[in-house]
Amino acid sequence: MYTFSSRLKTIAFVLMILGILGVGYSFFTAPKTVEDVERILAADSHHGGGHADAAHHGDAAHDAHASATEETHSHDAVKAHDTTAVTAHDSVHGAAAVAAHDDHNHDAHAKDAHAAHEGHDDAHAAHQEHLEHVLHQQQNKPWAAVYVAALFFMLISLGALAFYAIQYAAQAGWSPVLFRVMEGVSSYLIPGAIIVFLLLVAGVMGWHHLFVWMDPEVVAKDHLIQAKTGYLNGPFFLIRAAIFMGGWIFYRQYSRKNSLAQDDATDNRFYKKNFKASAAFLVFFIITESIMSWDWIMSVDPHWYSTLFGWYVFASFFVSGITVIAMITLYLKSLGLLEYVNTSHIHDLAKFMFGISVFWTYLWFSQFMLIWYADIPEEIVYFITRIEKYNLPFFGMVVMNFVLPILILLNTDFKRLSWIVVMAGIIILCGHYVDFFNMIMPATVGDQWFIGAGEIGAIMFFLGLFIFVVFTTLAKAPLLAKRNPLIEESKHFHY
Amino acid sequence: MSSHYEAPIRKPLIIGDKNYHDVTVDVARPVEGRANKQWWIAFSIALAAFLWGIACVAYTVGTGIGTWGSNKTVGWAWDITNFVWWVGIGHAGTLISAVLLLFRQKWRMAINRSAEAMTIFSVIQAAMFPVFHMGRPWLAYWVMPIPNQFGSLWVNFNSPLLWDVFAISTYLSVSLVFWWTGLLPDFAMLRDRAITPFTKRVYSILSFGWSGRAKDWQRFEEVSLVLAGLATPLVLSVHTIVSFDFATSVIPGWHTTILPPYFVAGAIFSGFAMVNTLLIIMRKVSNLEAYITVQHIELMNIVIMITGSIVGIAYITELFVAWYSGVEYEQYAFLNRATGPYWWAYALMMTCNVISPQVMWFKKIRTSIFVSFVISIVVNIGMWFERFVIIVTSLHRDYLPSSWTMFQPTFVDAGFFIGTIGFFFVLFLLYSRSFPVIAQAEVKSIMKTSSETYKKLREQGGHDNHSHSEQNHH
Repeated sequence: MYTFSSRLKTIAFVLMILGILGVGYSFFTAPKTVEDVERILAADSHHGGGHADAAHHGDAAHDAHASATEETHSHDAVKAHDTTAVTAHDSVHGAAAVAAHDDHNHDAHAKDAHAAHEGHDDAHAAHQEHLEHVLHQQQNKPWAAVYVAALFFMLISLGALAFYAIQYAAQAGWSPVLFRVMEGVSSYLIPGAIIVFLLLVAGVMGWHHLFVWMDPEVVAKDHLIQAKTGYLNGPFFLIRAAIFMGGWIFYRQYSRKNSLAQDDATDNRFYKKNFKASAAFLVFFIITESIMSWDWIMSVDPHWYSTLFGWYVFASFFVSGITVIAMITLYLKSLGLLEYVNTSHIHDLAKFMFGISVFWTYLWFSQFMLIWYADIPEEIVYFITRIEKYNLPFFGMVVMNFVLPILILLNTDFKRLSWIVVMAGIIILCGHYVDFFNMIMPATVGDQWFIGAGEIGAIMFFLGLFIFVVFTTLAKAPLLAKRNPLIEESKHFHY
Repeated sequence: MSSHYEAPIRKPLIIGDKNYHDVTVDVARPVEGRANKQWWIAFSIALAAFLWGIACVAYTVGTGIGTWGSNKTVGWAWDITNFVWWVGIGHAGTLISAVLLLFRQKWRMAINRSAEAMTIFSVIQAAMFPVFHMGRPWLAYWVMPIPNQFGSLWVNFNSPLLWDVFAISTYLSVSLVFWWTGLLPDFAMLRDRAITPFTKRVYSILSFGWSGRAKDWQRFEEVSLVLAGLATPLVLSVHTIVSFDFATSVIPGWHTTILPPYFVAGAIFSGFAMVNTLLIIMRKVSNLEAYITVQHIELMNIVIMITGSIVGIAYITELFVAWYSGVEYEQYAFLNRATGPYWWAYALMMTCNVISPQVMWFKKIRTSIFVSFVISIVVNIGMWFERFVIIVTSLHRDYLPSSWTMFQPTFVDAGFFIGTIGFFFVLFLLYSRSFPVIAQAEVKSIMKTSSETYKKLREQGGHDNHSHSEQNHH
């Protein structure tokens, strides 16, 4: 039996408190009015480089705008586009105004430009628009920071749950000694899903503006979003979320109950129940996972679409879930627990970390390459935003999620060394956090991003909560699923 | 390799009262015996189809590509459909031999040899379609980046079609090496049993002087693992690049990001169906039921069910996202697929690929040899139509409504396709009578853990491996 040490518990609480402070600080310091924004921008431009940047953004905006006009086929939009270009020359702020606008808002763009057009030489209106836009982005920032971290930790536990279900459905013989660790990691799904659900509800209620399609004013001006309202609307969105989360949590609780009951059983009844439930869950999961990724992630860019997106997101949180299983296993092993876990088990987990990292890269490349190659405006705008405004996190993530794991974990002996697996694990987890960051931030905070108190605070808070929930669950039951019919295979697993 | 203890709930992979020598005899029998009448009938039919294919190809080369049904709007039709179909079928072989090796699936040992043979034979069929579509197949080597001294011709490195050339040729080479490496100890077994000097000489050459020393085995294991590691990314890359042939084009219905993984899943799906088709017949004809058991067929059926469902999810995803995208062309492409003049092909694809494999959820059905065989054929038909639907329906109504048209295959299209099926079976039938169709050396390595004989012995002795090793453990 594992007991949740008070030291670790203290760490978890300290993380949560520091996290709350960080998040609170970022909410507190977010600008409240347009004047605040003006002051911040003025302070920024004194640091220099702002002008060159703005000009550069102007080009990007030009492209993005061209794409917008192609979609709308509206003469007005074309006119607006020209006007915007002129404004861009007139005023650096004007250029930045366009750049700051995200691709999802191109109809609003047209409106901006119209405003500018009406004011003509008066760049002031455009300037005001820009300030307001930046204000929205900066007010989004603390929410987005919380949302990314909440989603990431919830999906880690969902990834671990999927891995667990696969072990059952495939009747894997090597892994039953790790079942209790997996059950521990998946226990976070309940609080994690509730928090994410509340954040989604907050969006629908209009308390934050991460999802522009939830804003009736935006929808009123955007015929592309209007065409999607049959799917993208508040009630249906929340109903879907509730069904998905309810289904996952139900399987988690049901399989955990059977797994514990099997410990004292005299036959394999509970094991068989879990086998069947796992197969059913995997069917439910493969469908809901894709839809979940469109709803909670892809729809922050409501114009953009990619059929591969769901599987890409899956690869990202699946490898993160496996990595966390490996790291917690190593931690428990270092306490002298999990006596039957040997280096072969660690080796296998590390192989999965390696393999799924490569799989993630495969999907990342497939999506990126096809969109880059075809270069059609409605798709490419997604990567233009990321490469121009998120260059370092975008390519840095590929290094952390592909280059480093492949270099570190290719070697057979390395996969059996605890410190190397932990090091690779930290890189993978950071890399996939950045992956989710890149998925959410461009559409919500635009070029106003940076990793500050809000982002780090949110990570700390959810990490603390994750540790608290997971280790509390681990302490509740013996760490060996002793009566699992495959446990002997797992105990004597040697590769 | 893997653990030597096996849980009692696992069913034996070698059934009946078999010892090591029985495995040798059973595997050598089809090679050493004489062909029966059915084999000759099957061979004659396959040969006739093959010869008919040769005639059609000769006609194509002599007259030109105009003998095919492809037209100005539908410039790609049966040729590329057949190409993708055959390449896809090839995937299961590598998947079974490489990916299942990495996942330590012992059941692969009875089927990997034939699955790999199928891979190599089907890649040969696939390669013929692009080659003869060139019109002047004697210049086929121009697809290689040959030195500029040959002239000013240079291949287009930006084209996925060229990537295909590299991917498929690399894949074929690695598969061939992998297959042959596994064959070495088995050829040596046939060599050592041969009675006539001629057969001895032939198998001695084929086995590359395999001696069976510990060093041979050690290198054999090492090279198998390295080749499996190489073959795994290769097998995924091949169908990924095949999907790029379509997905990089800005054609509604082709350009969609899910295509790479969904093509790979579809390839595994069709490949496993073909393995089932071939092995259900072979286990009967060559008396190999003890090695290729109902459990093997059941497991392959499960793979078919899973990959079929993944493909189904991809179909639905494409449909949904076409609507969600709000792009008119994209929406029409899918509407036209499902309700246009080729609706029947689409319906066939959906029924065969998504609905039919769902029957495998029932244990009774997936353990029935007859139903398995039927479904395997149904899936192969469905997967042919999938490629036809993707290719022809996306092309026949292009951006310019005045050029909209239908595709009408000619007898040459059909003849060429039938010819490749004939050629494939000619090769496979010859293989089944001259090669050890089961990797007997590998099957022997799981004898003690997974055969019925040894499982019974363990039960009788009440002394199983595990309690024994547990004592060692402490």
